[in-house]
Amino acid sequence: MNTMIEIDVTINGRPRTLEVAANHTLLEMLRDDVDLTGTKECCVVGECGACTVIVNGRAMNSCLMLAAEVDGAEVVTVEGLEMTDDLSPLQGAFLDEGAAQCGFCIPGQLMAATALLMHNQDPSVEEIQEGLAGNLCRCAGYEQITKAVMAAARGAIDA
Amino acid sequence: MNKFEYARPETVAEAVDLLAQFGDDARILAGGTDLVIELRNRWTEPKVVVDVKRIPEFAPSITEHDGVVSISAGAVMADVTASDLMHREFPALPEAAVVVGSVQIRARATVAGNICNGSPAADTSPPLLVYGAVVVVAGPSGKRRIPIDDFIVGPGKTALERGELVLAIELPIPGRPSGSAYTRLTRRRGTDLASITLCCGVDGNGTTRLSYGSVGPRAFLVVDDSGVLADPSVPIAEKVEPLDRMFYQASPSLRSLRASPDYRLAMLRVLGARALETAISRMTKELVT
Repeated sequence: MNTMIEIDVTINGRPRTLEVAANHTLLEMLRDDVDLTGTKECCVVGECGACTVIVNGRAMNSCLMLAAEVDGAEVVTVEGLEMTDDLSPLQGAFLDEGAAQCGFCIPGQLMAATALLMHNQDPSVEEIQEGLAGNLCRCAGYEQITKAVMAAARGAIDA
Repeated sequence: MNKFEYARPETVAEAVDLLAQFGDDARILAGGTDLVIELRNRWTEPKVVVDVKRIPEFAPSITEHDGVVSISAGAVMADVTASDLMHREFPALPEAAVVVGSVQIRARATVAGNICNGSPAADTSPPLLVYGAVVVVAGPSGKRRIPIDDFIVGPGKTALERGELVLAIELPIPGRPSGSAYTRLTRRRGTDLASITLCCGVDGNGTTRLSYGSVGPRAFLVVDDSGVLADPSVPIAEKVEPLDRMFYQASPSLRSLRASPDYRLAMLRVLGARALETAISRMTKELVT
């Protein structure tokens, strides 16, 4: 038992050993200890989804988890979506559809959508809306975001 | 957050020891979707946070044994909504689990935590009450089983004593024919706390079990054995009055920001009739097939 804990965690494919404070969230660890500032802090009560990351294949709010809880886990952040110097097809679709306006919610939207597409390669509009219901966009760009996810899913099916 | 120690016991005995030793200075961490908010706002300032997720008994599982389905304390809402067994035997529970928070929350929040948190608006409380759930608890003097109606006490309060923690929630598979349904009232569809939570269950013996939350200090269970409410052949107009009487426990708070007491009481009747009709139609479908 300690107020500092050593954890082993794989972040965006890279295994790391980190010393984290017991009272720090995963969000604080990612932004402050690992300098991955793509994950955004916003409501910090699990309502807006801006801090969404993928932990062991499931989308989760990093503001609602202690850093110590990801000991042994695989975490993917928005920085991990880029594939060999290129944007992921989903990121490309967000650009093509003009889904990003101010951009603040987009890392969270991308992570929630990535997790959705991992479990459901051919989602309906309703399934996309439900899958992203935990991600608020203050610019209200929901139409374009939904279209982008749909386009990415279609692109993967046609490819 | 205040400074606290993080403990990750590997056995139930270790967890019980820690909880017994620290008492109110210890907080159990399962999904953390409520606890981490409390910690950040310093509504709670524990000396130790006990993460129970690495204890083997807590591994997420939903299993059936001898007519009883056991939901482990580590099972999250998404596990319940993905379970065919749950949909087949206890449809109102996945109906309640699927409206909790968002995908992100449902991947993390546990059913056990939902009832341990003691919120009068907890979505899973009404179905657990209707299904006659039993909470399996481990503590310094061993295991005990607490009926859910005794486990839920009031806002933030449960029957858990010092050193105790929930291991599992057991649900007896209902006899046939039977039907049940969950419904809730919210201001918007996603990520909202309920202004009313309501579950109704009926069976072929004429018993109606109605449970409603968010309209008082805890979710209540009211049972009707008259046979009138559960009878598919009795028109709904004749059920209005007996159904009304089922809501005698409701006492919505004047202070709530989500809905006024008058509105809640009016909607309680609407939701009650709706859930009753759905439960009956599910029961009669069982009779046909």
